[in-house]
Amino acid sequence: MNAPFGEEALPVGEPVNISRRRFLLTSAGAAAGAFVLGFGLPVGPARAAAGDGAPAVVPGTRVPAFLEIRPDGMIRLQSPFVEGGQGIFTAMAQLVGEELDADPATFTVENAPTGADYKVMPPGRRGTGGSASVRTSHLVMRRLGAIARAMLLTAAAQRLAVPVGELTTEPGHVVHAASSRRLAYGDLAAAAMDVPAPAPDSVKLKDKAAFRWIGKPVARIDVRAKSTGKAVYAIDAHVDGMLHAAVQHAPRLGLEPGAIRNEAAIAAMKGVHSVHRLPGAVAVVAERFWHARRAVEAAEVEWQEPADRSAMRYMPADFSTAAYAAQLAAATGPGDTHETAGDVAHALEGAASTISATYQSQFLNHAQLEPPSTLARFNPDGTLDIWAPNQSPDGFLGDIAQRTGLAQDRIRLHSMILGGFFGRHFKYNTANPYPQAIALAKATGRPVKVIWTREEEFLRDTLRPMAVVQFRAGLDAAGYPVAIEAISACEGPSEGIANKRGEKLDAAAVEGVAGKQYAIPNRRIAQRYVKTPVTLGYWRSVGHSMNNFFYECFLDEIALKGGKDPYDLRLHLLEGNQRLTTLLKAVAELSGGWKSGPFVAPDGSRRARGVAMSSPFGSETAAIAEVSIEAGEVRVHDIWQAIDPGSIVNPAIVAAQVMGASALGLSQVLVEAAVYRDGVPVARNFDGYAVLRPGRMARVHTRIVESGEKIGGIGEPGLPAVPPAVANAVARLTGTPMRTMPLVPPTAAT
Amino acid sequence: MIKLHVNGAVRSVDAEPDTPLLWVIRDNLGMTGTKYGCGIAQCGACSVMIDGVVTRSCVTPVEAVAGKAITTIEAIEKDPVGARVVEAWVRHQVPQCGYCQSGQVMAATSLIKATAHPSDADIDAAMVNLCRCGTYTTIRAAVHDLAGAKPGTQGGAA
Repeated sequence: MNAPFGEEALPVGEPVNISRRRFLLTSAGAAAGAFVLGFGLPVGPARAAAGDGAPAVVPGTRVPAFLEIRPDGMIRLQSPFVEGGQGIFTAMAQLVGEELDADPATFTVENAPTGADYKVMPPGRRGTGGSASVRTSHLVMRRLGAIARAMLLTAAAQRLAVPVGELTTEPGHVVHAASSRRLAYGDLAAAAMDVPAPAPDSVKLKDKAAFRWIGKPVARIDVRAKSTGKAVYAIDAHVDGMLHAAVQHAPRLGLEPGAIRNEAAIAAMKGVHSVHRLPGAVAVVAERFWHARRAVEAAEVEWQEPADRSAMRYMPADFSTAAYAAQLAAATGPGDTHETAGDVAHALEGAASTISATYQSQFLNHAQLEPPSTLARFNPDGTLDIWAPNQSPDGFLGDIAQRTGLAQDRIRLHSMILGGFFGRHFKYNTANPYPQAIALAKATGRPVKVIWTREEEFLRDTLRPMAVVQFRAGLDAAGYPVAIEAISACEGPSEGIANKRGEKLDAAAVEGVAGKQYAIPNRRIAQRYVKTPVTLGYWRSVGHSMNNFFYECFLDEIALKGGKDPYDLRLHLLEGNQRLTTLLKAVAELSGGWKSGPFVAPDGSRRARGVAMSSPFGSETAAIAEVSIEAGEVRVHDIWQAIDPGSIVNPAIVAAQVMGASALGLSQVLVEAAVYRDGVPVARNFDGYAVLRPGRMARVHTRIVESGEKIGGIGEPGLPAVPPAVANAVARLTGTPMRTMPLVPPTAAT
Repeated sequence: MIKLHVNGAVRSVDAEPDTPLLWVIRDNLGMTGTKYGCGIAQCGACSVMIDGVVTRSCVTPVEAVAGKAITTIEAIEKDPVGARVVEAWVRHQVPQCGYCQSGQVMAATSLIKATAHPSDADIDAAMVNLCRCGTYTTIRAAVHDLAGAKPGTQGGAA
């Protein structure tokens, strides 16, 4: 996917002379500077690269912007990537700690402020998405640790009056073996500030064989705080004098608030500070959130139709997901080709047999457990502090600057850890609360924290797109596929966010039906663009989340048509592809050997297994699911998943992410759907919007295969193979193809 | 003013009697470890213990708990069972985003307090809070670990 980080590429230049640190530390108010190697600089990019002719910052090279080593040896690291459950803070501590030679357990990691230093993703971007953090930045972050270590070594050489070449390190210490002397990093940090930083390219990174923490199941650094209520999320942010705000959103996007019939009455309700009309919403500001919520929910707002609907995403009063699904299914025409090989039309004509099928997905809410919120505070000096959940700090900063007219260096964006995200906290035009918080803080002259209730969140959340895909395939006389065509009728997430078709086809719309690695010589993957008024967004594993279900389930239909076993057919189509052959065999072995069933399990239940593969975000996955049907409901007993991310940083976190992504994949294939009727979502909370509950979770068994190929993503790749593995198992068990999510198994098939 | 017994201390709060306990804890008392997730007792992120029994604070009027012992996540480690649960959570590396975990720890603590060695059915019935990160399996492993541990020990291997 093309993550919508919304940032300018950063010019690559020479590193700023490290002697500027003194100034930077002073300007940052770091009175404890004598004891720190660096300090997380709360300065914007303009100050960080201040002065005419000052060379541009090379991201990920200025140690003081990232690291503070305290006298007690504890290390504070500013992470360019936001922690939202995926374990990135721990991975960053492992990567930096490995080369710094400091135990990740001694790290405290925080979300870094905005600024050029942290745009470590080539070619100078920053954002947390696309399962891209480690795979884009692992070398930069390791190099940062190596630069810091070199500075500590130099300082130690001066202190001990020995050549630097005689020094080595052990975790947290510089060691002079010849004289049996050791210096703790915490004792050296102040002196290390005054040594010149080595040129970034001059430091040598460790050989893989010498890794002490990378590749090991290092404990997450945030579990204790998260097990004791101490972790602080945006919704927990607090400043003195703060007011609370609750909103009532327009029931349909595009409507604007007119008169509030009982405005005087709600303004007089207990605790209410003021009542406000905002774009597409009414807000009540109060001393307590409960007061604000009660009042705003009582507001009788006369919502007005917009004069001009053309320039906005407008939700009509007669919209329904059922009608949109029918519209997608009725779409005709060849579509716009995204991927093509050979000659599909010709191959279909010459095929020994053909098969066609139509598949459909559903809209999905993110349903991250932390509802969106933002706290905004205008300061007496005209600066703005803002605490907001986000996946792209500099993108948010740019937008906030535009909205407020403030220069970027007058804004401090505090990026909080996320109570789940799954794609929810990108910059979406109508789905982030920060514009409301800014408007209310400005209007009231007080700090204001806006919290969206779950109901208001489900009304403005961006949804995973719905698609209808028409497949055709041609088989040769031996029963093997020689041609496949997939035409997806949908609006892609990037198209939805832009509210228009781009010049190029939205890759996020078709990824997962496109980019498959099976050797089918004639193929064509296309999109029929069918706009929807629903606001769209990126959802964990994006296009792969649904497209892989379509493709891998249709592949099982091809296997059935050709008289092939689905596992054997996949192996056949991967002949010569060593990496995926190994992976597929690995998952079969993990499951105790491939068997599709149906078979009778030891408990007497009739079961079957399904298999599927996926190629998301630079990683490769293969999954097998075992299912039965109990009281008309699909029960998934086990999921075996093999994942090849090339190489890894933390196997325990990889396993946790595969487990979590499997749960979300199960949720999607078994229970979830965001449904609209009469222009509004039918479900506004978890009573109506089903998500996977503990009782329907499967056992998840993970095997990591490190092929040594280019490093891939981890946060999302565990999802896309799960829905089709489950659906294929259900199809096998019931003899009925499963072409729609969530699955509706035939009740007669128990 | 309503008098509340929170984490062993008596606190007076200025709130209407029907205010949900959740918002009194978060806004009046400034303790934010207890989370808002749905407001309708569906997700369990707001779970606290009332007289040792797990309760969803988002639908509990504050007047209903006056005089009762309220335990929030902030004091969980002062409870011997709660401390064991936290250690099990750390040992099993349960949290991912962590947002639901205050409530999960509360639910587990309440379960183990009532039933030192819960059966699978007991665990199924008690551990029903939502986790969007999908940590259910790990939560279950941690609770199993606690269920099998001898009372008064930390239980399980490190």
